[in-house]
Amino acid sequence: MAIEVRIPTILRDYTDGAKAVEGNGASIDELIADLETRHAGIRNRLVEEDGSLRRFVNVYLNDEDIRFIDGISSSLDDGDTVTILPAVAGGA
Amino acid sequence: MRYDSLIDAVGRTPLVGLPRLSPSPEVRVWAKLEDRNPTGSVKDRPALHMIEAAERDGLLTPGCTILEPTSGNTGISLAMAARLKGYKIVCVMPENTSEERRELLRMWGAEIISSPAAGGSNTAVRVAKELAAEHPDWVMLYQYGNPANPEAHYTTTGPELLEDLPTITHFVAGLGTTGTLMGVGRYLREKVPGVQIVAAEPRYDDVVYGLRNLDEGFIPELYDAEVLTTRYSVGSHDAVRRTRELLEQEGIFAGVSTGAALHAALGVARKAVKAGERADIAFVIADGGWKYLSTGIYTAASTEEAIERLHGQLWA
Repeated sequence: MAIEVRIPTILRDYTDGAKAVEGNGASIDELIADLETRHAGIRNRLVEEDGSLRRFVNVYLNDEDIRFIDGISSSLDDGDTVTILPAVAGGA
Repeated sequence: MRYDSLIDAVGRTPLVGLPRLSPSPEVRVWAKLEDRNPTGSVKDRPALHMIEAAERDGLLTPGCTILEPTSGNTGISLAMAARLKGYKIVCVMPENTSEERRELLRMWGAEIISSPAAGGSNTAVRVAKELAAEHPDWVMLYQYGNPANPEAHYTTTGPELLEDLPTITHFVAGLGTTGTLMGVGRYLREKVPGVQIVAAEPRYDDVVYGLRNLDEGFIPELYDAEVLTTRYSVGSHDAVRRTRELLEQEGIFAGVSTGAALHAALGVARKAVKAGERADIAFVIADGGWKYLSTGIYTAASTEEAIERLHGQLWA
């Protein structure tokens, strides 16, 4: 299964500068493990040692925040888009 | 309607249906026209509430200087209230915000300190906190952490929505300070069993996130994920497309962040239609399009051209 993963600027050191990469997995957790095999070090930037998502990392599955789906256990389908972003201040 | 002064005229905004954009008579979308507030944005509510709370607490006394990190609307609201109440005001805003916003702030008498574009509002917050430490006599109301911000929506926006739309099933608003969603969300959850509270978070171009360190992100102190049902990230493409649709189809001239909220509202509406459920979805028109006119997005020949013009600007 191919999942498109959009990578924020701050993590592009791990993807040779690529803004988006492809990955595989039946869940976000598996997808991140798959990315780690080609982009060593990226998993540690996204996930805590206990396996939970890092506090200032937001991951969106088809634009929906995975914290409101099933967290890193959220399941994936072929053609899904995953976006990784740092938490920033909004508001006016 | 008659009020003693402009400050008393905050709130009580119209709720209007969107007959063309609503998918069916059973699934209806409603817009809360917060651009009808005295300075033209939803921020008049929290700004006034924060000032009055600080006055009650004795933090703000005549002649005081107010300091606030703001990309525009909150600063404009605070500056109006400050002028009428006799305070000075300093606003810290990212340098990549529109010229209209700067002119409006100056017009109300605010002093503007620019923060670097990189990092967006995060950087403005940091710079404001540094200034607050250097000037202990300045009063930072701090919209990201001040409980009077959501309280304004809990006591006014929420009750207004329920009064006008007792059949409400969903509330959708932009996620910034989180004040609107936290305040209205808490109120509706107490009164309407099963109500869904949906956040539309702006997703900017790379330049805004560029230098963000993943270990030093920013989550507003007011944010409580428990209040939300879900949260969508909306990119500039969808935000601009929906802003233009709102104008073309319903005649509502709104700012770009409203396009993001509309996008999430229509996504929720589509889900309800698919599930065969009835829905009354209210979303917030946070401000009118006036402050974004110079970008040309409303008259650009295509959505693509409009997005090109917005590139790199902080639009929410």
